[in-house]
Amino acid sequence: MSDTTRSDVKTKSREPHPSGDERFAMIDTALKRARFAQDHLIEILHVAQEVFGYLSEDVLQYVGAALRLPASRVYGVATFYHLFTFEPPGDHTCTVCTGTACYVKGADDIVAAVQAHYGIAAGQTTADGRLTLSTARCLGSCGLAPVAVLDGEVRGHLDADAVVAEIRDNLGQDEQDGSGAEADVGRRDEHHDTEAVR
Amino acid sequence: MGKLIDLDAMRDAELADRSRRTHRALVCSSTGCLSAGAAGVRAALEEEIEAADRAETLQVVPTGCPGLCSRGPLVQVEPRAGPATLYAEVDPDGARSIARDHLLGDGTGDQVAADVEVVPADLPFFAHQTKVVLANAGRIDPDRLEDYVAAGGYRALYDTLTTMTPEQALTAVERSGLRGRGGAGYPTGRKWRLLAEAPGDHKVVVANGDEGDPGAFMDRTIMDSDPHRVLEGLVIAAYATGAERGYIYVRAEYPLAIERLERAIRAAKRSRLLGKGVLGTDLSFDLQIRVGAGAFVCGEETALMASIEGRRGLPQLRPPYPTERGLWGEPTMINNVETLANIPAILGNGPEWFAAMGTADSPGTKVFALAGSLVTTGLIEVPMGISLRTIVEDMADGIAGGRRFKAAQTGGPSGGCIPERFLDTPVDYEHLRALGSMMGSGGLVVIDDTVNMPEFARFYMAFCRDESCGKCVPCRVGTVQLHALLDRICNGQGRRRDLQHLESLCRTVQVTSLCGLGQSAPNPVVSTLEHFRDEYEALLVEEPVPSAVVTGDAS
Repeated sequence: MSDTTRSDVKTKSREPHPSGDERFAMIDTALKRARFAQDHLIEILHVAQEVFGYLSEDVLQYVGAALRLPASRVYGVATFYHLFTFEPPGDHTCTVCTGTACYVKGADDIVAAVQAHYGIAAGQTTADGRLTLSTARCLGSCGLAPVAVLDGEVRGHLDADAVVAEIRDNLGQDEQDGSGAEADVGRRDEHHDTEAVR
Repeated sequence: MGKLIDLDAMRDAELADRSRRTHRALVCSSTGCLSAGAAGVRAALEEEIEAADRAETLQVVPTGCPGLCSRGPLVQVEPRAGPATLYAEVDPDGARSIARDHLLGDGTGDQVAADVEVVPADLPFFAHQTKVVLANAGRIDPDRLEDYVAAGGYRALYDTLTTMTPEQALTAVERSGLRGRGGAGYPTGRKWRLLAEAPGDHKVVVANGDEGDPGAFMDRTIMDSDPHRVLEGLVIAAYATGAERGYIYVRAEYPLAIERLERAIRAAKRSRLLGKGVLGTDLSFDLQIRVGAGAFVCGEETALMASIEGRRGLPQLRPPYPTERGLWGEPTMINNVETLANIPAILGNGPEWFAAMGTADSPGTKVFALAGSLVTTGLIEVPMGISLRTIVEDMADGIAGGRRFKAAQTGGPSGGCIPERFLDTPVDYEHLRALGSMMGSGGLVVIDDTVNMPEFARFYMAFCRDESCGKCVPCRVGTVQLHALLDRICNGQGRRRDLQHLESLCRTVQVTSLCGLGQSAPNPVVSTLEHFRDEYEALLVEEPVPSAVVTGDAS
């Protein structure tokens, strides 16, 4: 009986994800490279987060099944480490370094300015899903303090106004990018209006 | 299995190639200068050289970090003979000027580009330095094994494997007096001996690159500027202790270091500097990188091992020490990245050479990351025993913006603040500990008189509260309570008894926490209370007269 269960799990882990989402194939590649060794869990979670942008329950269970680890173990590890996130990030990201050097040079003011401007606290995404604000404990670029990572690009010698202006530029680019993004925003607004009328 | 490397042939070929060049332009491509726009600078230089059809005689080399991070992007022009010129704050236009004036000149002499800032060769920032672990940082392309070999790399490993027994290599490290650069200063030779003498056939060595102290970037720079040096140190450690495999644990916040280490490991495997039969000997050593995921506690060695095993990074009580029972139960030794980066130089030049640097109890050099309110920030390597004043006033050129020096913070969230009256203290393990601070891994954050010390202590406590793994009560609950007390004091609502409560709780957390994180978490509070108590007192509100006692009314 137990043998059957084990082989079931084995077969299941090799089968493609039922959704047919091709991104799972990238996780499979990482799993194979790690030879399905359980101690590679953190590495696999990194890959999964890079592919999907965040770790959904579905993805966590998929990884757990492939490594034959209980869901509790996968969830426990994923939630222990700060870099793993369980919510989809916004289209744009702003990560303000709050390490010591940046703190001394006014990182708190930068965080406060973005918070005030977009009405989100660190770790949150705006309601329209366009901007995620987060903080990091030292990116090791202390010589350039204060530092922030805007859409993946490390920027140094910043102040609150500069960060807010750069975010505005980054967000603004979408609107110029063409009708796709524009329509998207429009639909969201419409949805919002309907909500308000109700 | 790769082709056995011939170190001499590789070095000669590389040097012959260099002799064909009239100039080499070294562009810092470490994390700091890349953020400041070094990629555009490099592209501009290459474009100009290409346009002038001089790619045969001029070379643009992406390098690691020369240290002067606040003045980046940095470009160093090295003529075939003669002194080099270091340009600071170069932008793409400046790079074109350097190319036209300095590199593409008629070859009659070195015409220094006029409209780009030149760093004087005798700048105190560089003059006081002794470079051992950073000897190649900013001088070689970290992505090319050939560059490392041309600079004498892997020669110490070759000589160790071919002329010394493991015992002799171990004795050399013991005699050098090298102490752990991760902060605690445990004698490295003694640690190696513990692993060498531990029973077991599957011993493991680990390089700890989980540099979690905010404000510290020594290990990051070593890894992204000279990754082969760390590999060479690890292989020598494996030979001396009998380890058969190793790990480099790097925090995920350092993507460039991870990328360059991975490339270095692939190159080393291809040249049989890693893997089976290292350099044609019987030594086999397998090396892998493990990446963290954002947890300060994983710098603690037992938590680090849990993380390598793919588990939550929870620390364990010691003993058993990792050398007795480590990764998967096998004897394991964990050395800091900077510690290992010293090893090739010690084996290459001899333990006496190393012991002659620094002080008697703390030999060698130490890398410090200078950050905060200084005119010049960046990375320095100085002999142990140098005074803080020399570092702050001479090398970093004092405090920026006309403000006054207030304190130097060493050791990050585990360390303490050193006020002005102790600035002449020599920097070594014992002296810093005596001041209530610690060497730590080498972060040196200087703060000016605009910083309020209770708030600064609260900043560190918030960090420790967020990073506490939650396994033991004193740390999990203590850091929350300490932060709440500091919060109350900083908000002007603290009473005298809150201050007493703060002090007694600091002692409790220090004495009863399970691992180093909790044991040292109160240090920033304790040291600021010791040296800047008046700032805490000034924030206290008067204790109201307890009316219940005066009137004897029980309600």
